[in-house]
Amino acid sequence: MAAESGKIDPMHQFEVTPLGGGFTLGGHDILFTNSALWMVVAAIALGLFMWGGMRRQLVPGRWQAAVEGFTGFISNMMMANIGTEGRKYTPYVFSLFMFILFCNLLGMLPLGVLGLHPFTVTSHIAITGVLALISFAIVLVVGFWRHGLHFFSLFVPHGTPLPMIPIIAPIEFVSFMVRPFSLGLRLFVAMTAGHVLLKVLSGFVINGFNAETLWLGSIVSVLSFTLMIGISALELLVAGIQAYVFALLTSLYINDAVNLH
Amino acid sequence: MPQIAQLTADNWYLASQLFWLLVVFAGIYLVIGRGMLPKIEATVDARDRKVADDLAAAKAAHAAADSLEESYRQQSEASRAAAQKAVAEAKDKAAKDAEKRLAKVDAELGAKLTAAEAEVAAAKSSAMAEIESVASEAASELVAKLSGANVSATDAKAAVKAVLRG
Repeated sequence: MAAESGKIDPMHQFEVTPLGGGFTLGGHDILFTNSALWMVVAAIALGLFMWGGMRRQLVPGRWQAAVEGFTGFISNMMMANIGTEGRKYTPYVFSLFMFILFCNLLGMLPLGVLGLHPFTVTSHIAITGVLALISFAIVLVVGFWRHGLHFFSLFVPHGTPLPMIPIIAPIEFVSFMVRPFSLGLRLFVAMTAGHVLLKVLSGFVINGFNAETLWLGSIVSVLSFTLMIGISALELLVAGIQAYVFALLTSLYINDAVNLH
Repeated sequence: MPQIAQLTADNWYLASQLFWLLVVFAGIYLVIGRGMLPKIEATVDARDRKVADDLAAAKAAHAAADSLEESYRQQSEASRAAAQKAVAEAKDKAAKDAEKRLAKVDAELGAKLTAAEAEVAAAKSSAMAEIESVASEAASELVAKLSGANVSATDAKAAVKAVLRG
């Protein structure tokens, strides 16, 4: 952070820095970066969380009940949106939901106080885009596997009048092809915007106390800090909602592939 | 913007990002999604099944208790009705017996009474006859002593009868 120049760069937090451990794969250098570190941290935290729910007691304790709350939430969503066949896809959607949720929440941790630099993995379009593409690929594979070329009837909604088909079908096709982009972009934009906003406000807090007219700067700082508390709460909500939206839309898209409207 | 910058072809960290994302996400999918999630879901399913079974058993026990109570109630009602009927019959029979015995006793008493009445009447009439004969004898004797006239027994008798009954 370029604090010494009195200028705070809100984009610095998205910077990927190498932490070492490089090797070459297919002509590309693969380095262990801070992004990879936070993915691994999220995976380990998720693993510990799930492990605490593996006691398999008939009457669950608090931790087991929490884990079962998450698994039940996703299985019910799959059951409601897809039906009994949805159980097959629950492992994928659950992994997706929990990975995104943990990455979102870990990025919100106030570790900057300890001098660490938290990194929000899901604020990178490369990450969210790949996750969206995996979901989209599953939809395509399942759709063509189950329905063959009949899968293209997805672009003709049920009950469309015959003369409307040449107009409706291209619109449906475009909206179908836009899905992976909107899916990946939504999460990336929500995370990036929230973190930029928080960083800009924290810049106001710092610059306010460093201002020449201290009384005015202090007012700005205190107001900004109050706003930051509220926005942090909002961002925690957004972290959960965006993970939910990603999982929900994935389940809806898989439903299209499984049940064709 | 580092997020957009990495999408250019000569960026060094795009490959690292994708590699580690695929490794970590595949690990999560295999270990957590495929390994842990089904076990947790199985636990939840087993619990749901147990709860449903227990509820069904409780419901069945409740129904059995209800039917048992119903049959008990019916049984007690039937036995009460039978007891009431037996009591009524016994009462009826006792009343009839008493009536019969009473009628018999009544008849016997009536017969005794008529016999006694007949005896009394017979005694009375014989006594009357004796009185008449004694009176007529006495009357004829009296007449003979007083007037010296001899009164036939028949006349005396008729005169006495007229006085006695008249």
